[in-house]
Formats: sequence, structure tokens, C-alpha cells
Amino acid sequence: MTLAFDLVLCAMIVGAAICAAVAGTIFAAAVFFIVYGIFVSLAWLRLDAFDVALAEAAMGAGLTGILLLRALGRMPASEDRPGPALAPALAGAGLALALGWAFLALPESAGLGPVVRNAAPGAGAENPVTAVLLAFRAWDTLLETIVLLAALLGVWALSRDEAWGLPPGLPQRVRPDGVLAGFGRILPPIGAVVGVYLVWAGTSRPGGAFQGGTVLAAVALLVSMAGLAQAPRVTSGALRLVLVAGPLVFLGMAFIGAVLSLWQPGAAFLALPEAHAKSLILGIELMLTLSIAVTLAALVAGPPEDRA
Amino acid sequence: MNVTVLGLCGALLVGIGVFAFLWQRHLLRRVLAFNVIGSGIFLYLGAAGARGGAADPVPHALIITGIVVALSASALAVALVLAHLHASSATRLPEDEP
Amino acid sequence: MGDVFSVILTSAALLFYVAGTVGLIRFPDTHSRLHALTKADNLGLGLLILGLMAQADGWVTLGKLLLTWVLALIAAGAAAQLVARTALGDRR
Repeated sequence: MTLAFDLVLCAMIVGAAICAAVAGTIFAAAVFFIVYGIFVSLAWLRLDAFDVALAEAAMGAGLTGILLLRALGRMPASEDRPGPALAPALAGAGLALALGWAFLALPESAGLGPVVRNAAPGAGAENPVTAVLLAFRAWDTLLETIVLLAALLGVWALSRDEAWGLPPGLPQRVRPDGVLAGFGRILPPIGAVVGVYLVWAGTSRPGGAFQGGTVLAAVALLVSMAGLAQAPRVTSGALRLVLVAGPLVFLGMAFIGAVLSLWQPGAAFLALPEAHAKSLILGIELMLTLSIAVTLAALVAGPPEDRA
Repeated sequence: MNVTVLGLCGALLVGIGVFAFLWQRHLLRRVLAFNVIGSGIFLYLGAAGARGGAADPVPHALIITGIVVALSASALAVALVLAHLHASSATRLPEDEP
Repeated sequence: MGDVFSVILTSAALLFYVAGTVGLIRFPDTHSRLHALTKADNLGLGLLILGLMAQADGWVTLGKLLLTWVLALIAAGAAAQLVARTALGDRR
């Protein structure tokens, strides 16, 4: 029975992916891509990967979908004819076959699950995924937050000189009593609660800084699209402080560990002291969430523009 | 068995994404295809990590990192596509123009 | 008893989804398509949620299911309004 469900689910994922790849218009392709993202997050639920399902639905489907649709709204309708299909089809089919064969040929392995589960309580997070992200592989997560900042620098560097200093994205024109404005008033309180809950629950249950931050970023985007609040200018010092606060606190904690290691055995760069690990992880996560939310919202809004 | 189905599905998605990436000429469609390739790889990796029976948190954490990085790369790519459009009024690369 | 209730309600929900989808594909213009989609699908979702509520194991789950329905209703209503308004603008 569950096999039947998985087969149907995979058929729908592959169907949505093919539609997104060959759809007649780019708008249809973007809509199919959003549907595809939701199906893929269902597949993550089937793999018991709740954290990944949350991230895929919020980022892979939601924010990437907004990104594509907003870009499409700024483009003139242009000729969109693909090239010859034979060579790409052969390349795609060959790669899929090779990867499928490799998957079936993989040797059996128990993975790192038991190791992580045994060590996770001492690391300050009962949710093993959070333990990996913020304790065992904290180095990756630290660099990842810096990658986010670097991408935002790249996006802002693409703004035209005349527009520099304006808020990110296009100025929005919305009727103040319209449906979008009303929707923008109802949803943000609920979204804010969900976002903060995801971070709070993330240490022991599915959720975490990235999922919560994405929900908060979506709230910020909705508020700005509904015209309820003006986004801060890209030159604003407060905005820039919030952008770097999370990585800065993370790095600061890492260096405190390095300094402590001079007279305390066991302490090291990026190693959190076990006694305070849980509160430290929660503190780092809250700061990270704030920075991630603002960075993601600014990334999706795009470089500042002056033409409406 | 179920895990194998999802793993093979991931392999198929990578194939579809690579096909679309090479076949389509419009740059926004290529960004979309890049995202299909990415999520196919994530599904492949996640299914490979789940073969041991219980869910393995290490690939999950890697995949969450990957999803975030893919989103930021897509945002940069979309901004580049729009800048290219403003600079040259084209939605394709010069070598793909007929 | 609960299982029978769930099966009947979710089957009814599927019927509404099929009707909404047929309307989406067969109706000629944006506004009648929206009409089919929002009316039939929101009712379908309501029935689906009611059917699933019979399987819920506590008040918290019931509340979450209800919240899902209310949020989907608000989102669908707002999105339908925006699409309809944009379609009107296109026709002018």
C-alpha cells in the first residue's frame, strides 16, 4: 500500500518536473515548478525528513517560486524557442540511467544516524538534525550564513547607480483598502508566531533557524508587497547590522571557544561548552534566524530599483 | 524498497533537469532547470541516506544547507538575468541567439 | 464508526476536487474558471479536513487541522480576488 503511494507520488513529481521543463510559457513553467516543490516536500515526509520537508516547501517551492514570478513580471514577453532536443535528451537520459544504476549498486551502510543520536543530547539539541547543523557541523552552517551574505552582496552590486540607496526591490503600488492589504494584515501575526515557534521547537523537534527564518522572510515580503510598511533603504545602518548580527554572534561564540582553549582542555574553536550548550544553541539560533529572515527577504526582493 | 523508488525518482529528476538546462535557451528557464537538478540531487542523497532503515540526520542537515545555498544562488542568478536584460535587451546568451 | 465517517467525507471531498478540476479545464474564461476552482476546492478541502478530524488523536491536532482550513480559505479567497482583478485589467 505504501509502495503504491510512493509510486503515485514519484509519478506526480516526475510529471510536474517534465511540465515545468517543457511548459509552453515561462509563467506556466514557474507555476509547475511551485507544484513540483510541494510534491518533493511530500517525498521528504515519506523519508521521515521533516526538517527537510519544511525547508523544501518554504524555500524550494515558496521563495524560489516568488523569485521566478517576480523576475517574470519584470521581463517583456520575448521569443522563447528552445534549441535542438536530441543531444540534450540523450545527455539527460544517459545521466539519469547512470545515476539510477549507481544508486542500485551502492553498498549497504547504516550511516551516521546511531552515532549522532547517541551524541546529540550532550551537544545541546535533542533534534539530531539541529545537533548536526549547530554542533557537529557548525563550521558548514557558519560558512553557509556567510554564503547568504555574499549572495546578497552580489545581488546589491547589480543595482544601477541611480537606484542605489533606495529600498530593495521595486516600489509597490497597492490600494490601501484592497484585498492584498487586508490579507497582509491577517497573515503576519500568524506567520510570526509560526516562525518563532519553528525556531523555539527546533532544538528538540523538527524546525530550526532556516525554516523559521524563511517563514519570517515570507511575512516580511508579504508586508512589503501589501504596501503596509516600507522596507528599509539598502544604505541603512540598522538593516546592515541585522544582516551581519547572526554570523557575527556565531563567529564570536566560536572565538570564545578558541580563547578558552588556552587554559581549559576540551574547549576549541566552534566547540560549545556542554554545560550551557542548549541555551547557547538557542541564542545563536535566534540571532541567526533574524539575520537569515532579513537576508532571504532582501535576496528575493532583489536589488533596489527606481522604475515602477 | 520504497526508498529505492524515491532514489530512482531523484536520478530521473536530475536527468530531466539536465535535459531542460541544455535544451531551453531562455535564461529564466535555465535557472528553473538548475533548481530541478538541485532538488533531484537532494532527493537522491536523502534516499541514499535512508537505506539504513532509520532516518540519517547528517544528509538531512547537508540537504537543508544545500537548499539554502541553492536559493541564494538562484536569487543571484535571477538578478544577473535581469541585469543582462537591462544591459542588452536579451533574455538569452549571445551564443544562443539565432 | 470514525473510519466510515472519514472514508465517506474524504470520498465526497475527492468528488468536489474532480468537479473543480473539470471546471478549471473546461470553462472558457478566467472568471468562470476561478469560480469553479475556489468554490469546489474550498468545499472539498473542508470535507477533507472534517474527514481527517475523525482520525485526530487530540484537541491539538483538531485545532491544527481547523487552522489549516481557515488559512487555506483566506489565502484562496485573497488569491482568487487578485487573479480576478488582474484578469479584468488585462481585458480593458
